Amino acid sequence: MQKVTRETLIEKAIALIAEEKVNRVLGWKAGEFSYDVTPAVFNDAESLKKDFVFTDFCGANFSKYLVKETKKDGKVLVFLKPCDTYSFNQLLTEHRFDREKVYVVGIPCDGMIDENAIKAKVGDGIISVTADGDKIKVETLYDGVKTLDKAEVLSERCANCKSKKHVAYDELIGEDGEVADSNRFDQVEMLEKMTPDERFAFWQEQLSRCIRCNACRNVCPACTCEKCVFDNPNSGVENKAAADSFEEKMFHIIRAFHVAGRCTDCGECSRVCPQHIPLHLLNRKFIKDINTFYGDYQAGEEVGSRAPLVNYTKEDIEPVDAVKKGDE
Amino acid sequence: MNNETLIPKLGVITDIRIDTPDIKTFRVVSPEGKKLFEHRPGQCAMLSIPGVGEAMFSITSSPTNTEYMEFSIKKCGCITTWLHAAEVGQNVTVRGPYGNPFPVDDVFAGKDLLFVAGGVGLAPLRSVINYCRHYRDRYGKIDIVYGSRSKDDLLDYKEIINEWSNDSGVNVHLTIDREQEGWDGHVGFVPTYVKELGFEPNKTAVLCGPPIMIKFTLQGLKELGFDNKQVYTTLELRMKCGVGKCGRCNVGSKYVCKDGPVFRMDQLDELPDEY
Amino acid sequence: MRKCSLKDLNALFGKISESATLYIPVDLENGKAVYKKYSDGMKMSDALKTERSAKDFFFPQIETLMEFKTEGKNIEIIDTRTETEDFVVFGVRGCDAKSLEVLDKVFLAEPVDSYYQNRREHGVIVSFACSRPSETCFCQTFGIDPSEPAGDIVCYKTDSEIIFDAKTEKGKALMSKLDAVTENGGEEQVEKQKAEIKAVMDKLPLKDLKADAFGADKTNEYFDRPEWAALSESCIGCGTCTFVCPTCQCYDIKDYKTNKGVQRFRCWDSCMYSDFTLMAHGNSRNSQKERFRQRFMHKLVYFPTNNDGMFSCVGCGRCIAKCPISMNIVKVMKTLGGKENE
Repeated sequence: MQKVTRETLIEKAIALIAEEKVNRVLGWKAGEFSYDVTPAVFNDAESLKKDFVFTDFCGANFSKYLVKETKKDGKVLVFLKPCDTYSFNQLLTEHRFDREKVYVVGIPCDGMIDENAIKAKVGDGIISVTADGDKIKVETLYDGVKTLDKAEVLSERCANCKSKKHVAYDELIGEDGEVADSNRFDQVEMLEKMTPDERFAFWQEQLSRCIRCNACRNVCPACTCEKCVFDNPNSGVENKAAADSFEEKMFHIIRAFHVAGRCTDCGECSRVCPQHIPLHLLNRKFIKDINTFYGDYQAGEEVGSRAPLVNYTKEDIEPVDAVKKGDE
Repeated sequence: MNNETLIPKLGVITDIRIDTPDIKTFRVVSPEGKKLFEHRPGQCAMLSIPGVGEAMFSITSSPTNTEYMEFSIKKCGCITTWLHAAEVGQNVTVRGPYGNPFPVDDVFAGKDLLFVAGGVGLAPLRSVINYCRHYRDRYGKIDIVYGSRSKDDLLDYKEIINEWSNDSGVNVHLTIDREQEGWDGHVGFVPTYVKELGFEPNKTAVLCGPPIMIKFTLQGLKELGFDNKQVYTTLELRMKCGVGKCGRCNVGSKYVCKDGPVFRMDQLDELPDEY
Repeated sequence: MRKCSLKDLNALFGKISESATLYIPVDLENGKAVYKKYSDGMKMSDALKTERSAKDFFFPQIETLMEFKTEGKNIEIIDTRTETEDFVVFGVRGCDAKSLEVLDKVFLAEPVDSYYQNRREHGVIVSFACSRPSETCFCQTFGIDPSEPAGDIVCYKTDSEIIFDAKTEKGKALMSKLDAVTENGGEEQVEKQKAEIKAVMDKLPLKDLKADAFGADKTNEYFDRPEWAALSESCIGCGTCTFVCPTCQCYDIKDYKTNKGVQRFRCWDSCMYSDFTLMAHGNSRNSQKERFRQRFMHKLVYFPTNNDGMFSCVGCGRCIAKCPISMNIVKVMKTLGGKENE
């Protein structure tokens, strides 16, 4: 796959600004280290040349930012990776932003790196990370330079990439990829094979670590409610911290239900979780069940598609049969 | 274990007075029928109904009242709505007093005082007005300018007419926003009325009301020659602990619950505009 | 100084557990370290930092303040406070140990917060010098020396031993109970390790970060700076930075209805949340820019103004590692702090 470079993207951005197709660019800004890039808006060629970066750490899904960005004047350029475009379409399906105010350049992606995976391999003290084909070179404070296979430090969502194909764009850089034959349901199947008690213990252990920082919700492109029930004092379920072990689970279970059929499996929830809870597994269970009961469905694949849970066909499974199947 | 300010005292509502269509005044005493604690004019207390919530209210009765405390409360949120539906005999929890009071015993002493209030903004001023009336000889002339949307929205109307207006050296200037049948007093907004009345700038002024009223009244007072250092106000922000720890009412390096709610205008000028 | 061989560490832990509840950092399956209550045979983590800071032991995310029983118009107030049992937190790093001094300024100021005070009085901090700081560490910016951390007992871990230096009465009292599992010595190794740490500190990427540009009474200098807009632009308004921060102390008080009555509890809150300052009739900080600014102004200006120049940041670097969009106090300081930080 063609590797897209920082220079290619800057060139494209500067050209689009010059042609007045857009008046600003949503991109990434370098941080203190190799891995802490921050989403940022660039207004001109000068700032792009100075600060714009594109590295293996640009994992953030920009689709949700468009809800806020499109409320501003003018058209914004956004670079979307294949997985981001599914969220983009889903947000459009839900009328969350004005398509006319965005110019999408699809960029190829061969997977983003999880800095935690690097730290798990080489420990603390990472001075720099540089890509070198399929390898990455990690300069460390204590153990010199280490070389790792990029494949072994990919984000979970990238290791199990569902699609290298863009489902939305105004133009593409490079050739488009294909929907991938991923193993993303393997972990769900492992959970399904557990006894209910084992599964309960698994989630109890995971969710008890939750600190209710709301990062998963705030980053989620499917969570764009103006006022979340958990922030609404009149909803009856408003809570800032779990008062008991039931409430620990309630937040995540309700959230998983709310995004069921709309979650594109972008994996942002697990990426941002400061407690490293594999939240994406809850959503993937729903996706897998929807595929099983209603036929394969990928949220965000096309704009305007009726998700099985908000649609009715005569072929739909009867609820009683779904429950039986769920027990199997 | 040490005393804990977050643990409240038990109070009983012994009287509920309907002041306006959306303001009621609640009289609160201890279960033994005594005053719960002493306070200074302008200080606040946390009232709560367990299960409903807790919120900060100014104590509207004067410290010179030895029998009970009163709170004038406008129906606008969860707790206030609940309280408006409550009956006499209802228990509440009370903790306080919190915040700094008006400087009634030093700065205000010997001065002519001008109180300007709008709507429910009279509530925090009532305790200081009644305190100054109680110790009438310690202060110079007292002027009170008070306005509301309509005659029915004037808080403490009976007390104003029957008591305040009859005091010597106390001038009450009432106004309502629009003409109304049965009202032969002044009509117009508070800031304009203050300018019309044209006070001498030798007074100490105390303002309380909606932000827009404060803003334009202050402008008017400045035109009349008042300095920021002569003008006091009291702020209202969301509060939870009441003692400068929970962080909610933090503005700049000040905590409104602890360093306020009473501020002099020149002190507010020093704060970031987040109140 | 006293020392204990690493192979006897479990005996030492056992001894401490006889008189107090002991918490040690242990590794989870995912490789991340968390504090757990010690039980026989548990292995102490070698990780530099626990995921959550030692703040949790003194200011837990959620705690019951009191209870109420209500019936008709009647309310009964129940003081549920009890004396905390003695506990020991093992393996606290210099940054986290210092954070307790910051929290003390808030919770032990009049009127004293009895819940916090109770835990402070009963908790013993066994801190550890940092022989391998992370790239995200910048405690030296705030005058913290990781080779001489605060704490009741300060420890130095070598390849074969842990050396203990009891600093406070509480620390000495605990140390005296450990005579059977420790022996005198270790001074030389400690001096050697201190020198090594100083050498490492000079290699850290953030070693030159300075806080001098910030501090007391600088509200007007920083409040209206135009850079806040770009710094906060991609903030998603979550509470991650707040909740992993060892010095953030804002809280909410809420009521929870149980079958038996009402529990009034407090829980961590975040100035980054949109409802933090929301009132029935408006919000004093309406935009994420204002909320973002509040957090950093508080740490770098407001807190020092009220506390003799002490910053409300200890440079632990958790926000650097955990912010979903990688925005953090270092970037804020470098952007606003002028030339010396570039």
